[in-house]
Amino acid sequence: MEQLPLHPAEETNQPLLLLTAPQLTSPVSTQSIMRDVLIALAPAFVASVVVFGWRAALVTVVSVASCVGFEWLWCRLRKTPNTCWDLSAAVTGMLLAFNVPSTLPLYMVVLGAFVAIVLTKELFGGIGCNFANPAIVGRIFLAVSFPAAMATFVAPGSVDLVSSATPLAPASGAHTYLELLLGLHGGVLGETSALAILIGFGYLLVRRVITWHVPVVYVGLVALLSLLVGRDPLAQVLSGGLLLGAVFMATDYTTTPATLRGKLVFAVGCALVTCLIRFYGNLNEGVAYSILFMNLFVPHIDAVTRNTPVGGERVRKGR
Amino acid sequence: MLRGVELRGVRIPHNKATAELATVRMPVPTQVIMPMNQHVGAPCEVQVKRRAHVDVGTLLGHTDARMSADIFSPVSGTVREIRSIHYSNGRSTQAVVIESDGEQTIDNNIAPPEVTDYASLVEAVRHSGIVGLGGAGFPTWLKMDSDLSTIDCWLVNGAECEPYLSSDYREMVEHPDTILHGIRTCLDFSGVPRARICIENNKPRAIELLREMSAGDDRIEVFELPARYPQGASRVILRNVTGRSVPRGGHLTDVGALLFNVTTMSEIGRFLQDGMPLVRRRITVMGDAIETPQNLEVCIGTPVKEILEFCGLKSQPRKVVIGGPMMGITQVEFDAPIVRANSGLLAFTNELVDRPQTTACIRCSACIDNCPMRLAPIDIQKAYMRRDVEKLDELMADLCVECGTCSYVCPAKQPLAQSTRFARAFLRAKQREAKGRR
Repeated sequence: MEQLPLHPAEETNQPLLLLTAPQLTSPVSTQSIMRDVLIALAPAFVASVVVFGWRAALVTVVSVASCVGFEWLWCRLRKTPNTCWDLSAAVTGMLLAFNVPSTLPLYMVVLGAFVAIVLTKELFGGIGCNFANPAIVGRIFLAVSFPAAMATFVAPGSVDLVSSATPLAPASGAHTYLELLLGLHGGVLGETSALAILIGFGYLLVRRVITWHVPVVYVGLVALLSLLVGRDPLAQVLSGGLLLGAVFMATDYTTTPATLRGKLVFAVGCALVTCLIRFYGNLNEGVAYSILFMNLFVPHIDAVTRNTPVGGERVRKGR
Repeated sequence: MLRGVELRGVRIPHNKATAELATVRMPVPTQVIMPMNQHVGAPCEVQVKRRAHVDVGTLLGHTDARMSADIFSPVSGTVREIRSIHYSNGRSTQAVVIESDGEQTIDNNIAPPEVTDYASLVEAVRHSGIVGLGGAGFPTWLKMDSDLSTIDCWLVNGAECEPYLSSDYREMVEHPDTILHGIRTCLDFSGVPRARICIENNKPRAIELLREMSAGDDRIEVFELPARYPQGASRVILRNVTGRSVPRGGHLTDVGALLFNVTTMSEIGRFLQDGMPLVRRRITVMGDAIETPQNLEVCIGTPVKEILEFCGLKSQPRKVVIGGPMMGITQVEFDAPIVRANSGLLAFTNELVDRPQTTACIRCSACIDNCPMRLAPIDIQKAYMRRDVEKLDELMADLCVECGTCSYVCPAKQPLAQSTRFARAFLRAKQREAKGRR
């Protein structure tokens, strides 16, 4: 091929690159998205350390380290490229830690991470292929396997292991709205401070990582249904795992529907199941189960909520 | 029923650094290469012999096929050879190579056309070599020759949504008079009641200027559009301006609209005045390898090499793109000529050269949310991998407009635009096959 006689010093024998359009790509990558999610989780992390002390930090570090470690080990054993740097395992680790009490024995945290990363994510094909949210499955596994340890909460501001009920337990009403908002009550790490979760939500919206639809519909519908059955809507919204679940887990890309319509169906389903469990079930908390339950319906929701392409309207009607 | 968010498009940095630079007229090149298929449709047959003398405006290529547009010489000089040239997409075509003598003597047959009614206007445009100059290259006369009884709006596309490019913008700022002359003449003879010039709101000067100059004419409206990619794609602009959508397998005329690029209208206006067929055009030359980025008026057929030499190179380009960074085509030879529908020439050494690594799809649905045609590119890719014709048909892969938005937004850097392009071709081939069997 002919070379341009313009810059003899820089002349090379490299052929011109032949690449298909578009030549431009956006700066957003899987890694940058996951980094944003980690940043959005930071306020809740800080809140948990303030409320529960250093053990909260320890649980989080162990959880993140074991999630990333399992992912690294999996890639190593399978001889596939190392995917730890996409940061998705770190996000799972953070979320798993936020779903357990600060008093949980560390070996249980590691077990939960194994279930989340290896059993839920990697065995189904790794990032993007899991049908259920890894952190939620990890939490449910721990709750079912170690019910006592998972329900032992430390009272805020003390280091004593006090088995105190979460605000959603029947003894509810013991906390003011302000205490609920700031998170000054017992519970799992990430479920306490509503304010910290909302700050993270705001960040995700600004960075366009998620849209407002799912969290707002989910939480709003739970509030509405609480009102209908005569419960305190604000207490229902501010306590338990609702905000954490609605903002960080019901918006997980992989395990929720693709289109906006599908996402709305998903959010409504989550709200209904949450309320059924909270109001009429044996469990105090229904968020994790409701999201897992709805995760299973995603392929079916996707199939019936596909967008109609522009220009495809008439054809579809004709059928 | 909830329909989701209407056509949104994406914000892509415009990078139109050359927008406020007045067009520079490039000197006549030493040679031009005139391929015979610079348009959608049947290629032209060569009308000149080797060693023949040609003038500016001499007919080089013509065919009796309807879907075609004549090709004229942009220089005066001698036909050096008639050879076949290869495009970087693997196709090849006949091309006339003309050595220019620098005299630029004008062909004796050039005279302003006599236009008395719409039929004579269409006939005149037929012999002007004018094609869709926004990149499509569809023969303009053929579009004008459609059944006008249902057409209520003459749409003029001045969106220029491609990043980097500013050649349409320069046309609107430098020649608003010929644009309006072209539009008015078309409205006068066609009987179409109104025209809308659609411009993205990142070009306030063009909007203001055209509004000012069309103030006395109620038929012409300047329509402001949000600056989102791919606003200028014909089906997208139609939807956003008129609310209509073209049915699958149909054309814009099926829903009562005709759409022309703003530079195409300007060329019609100019041709009606001086009778010179389309032999020159403006292109935006940019990229990090270019010493002096600028808007250049070049002879059609000028080889990329001569343009790069004229603008100066800072470094050896590793990637040369004809067109914009979203839809343009990479070139493998510096000899490739600029043809009628090209509006940009980009040369890169470092910028936009390395492709980020493709990683696993995380089902983020960015491609689905941002597709201007509301397709599901990732599902199309999966169906294409399985060669699942039925699924591709259900997903309507044939509606893709190849804007590249899906590939642009994908955080996993999946080649979605490419696979959708393959899927579309595959689906169309299979559909043709099925039709043939019936």
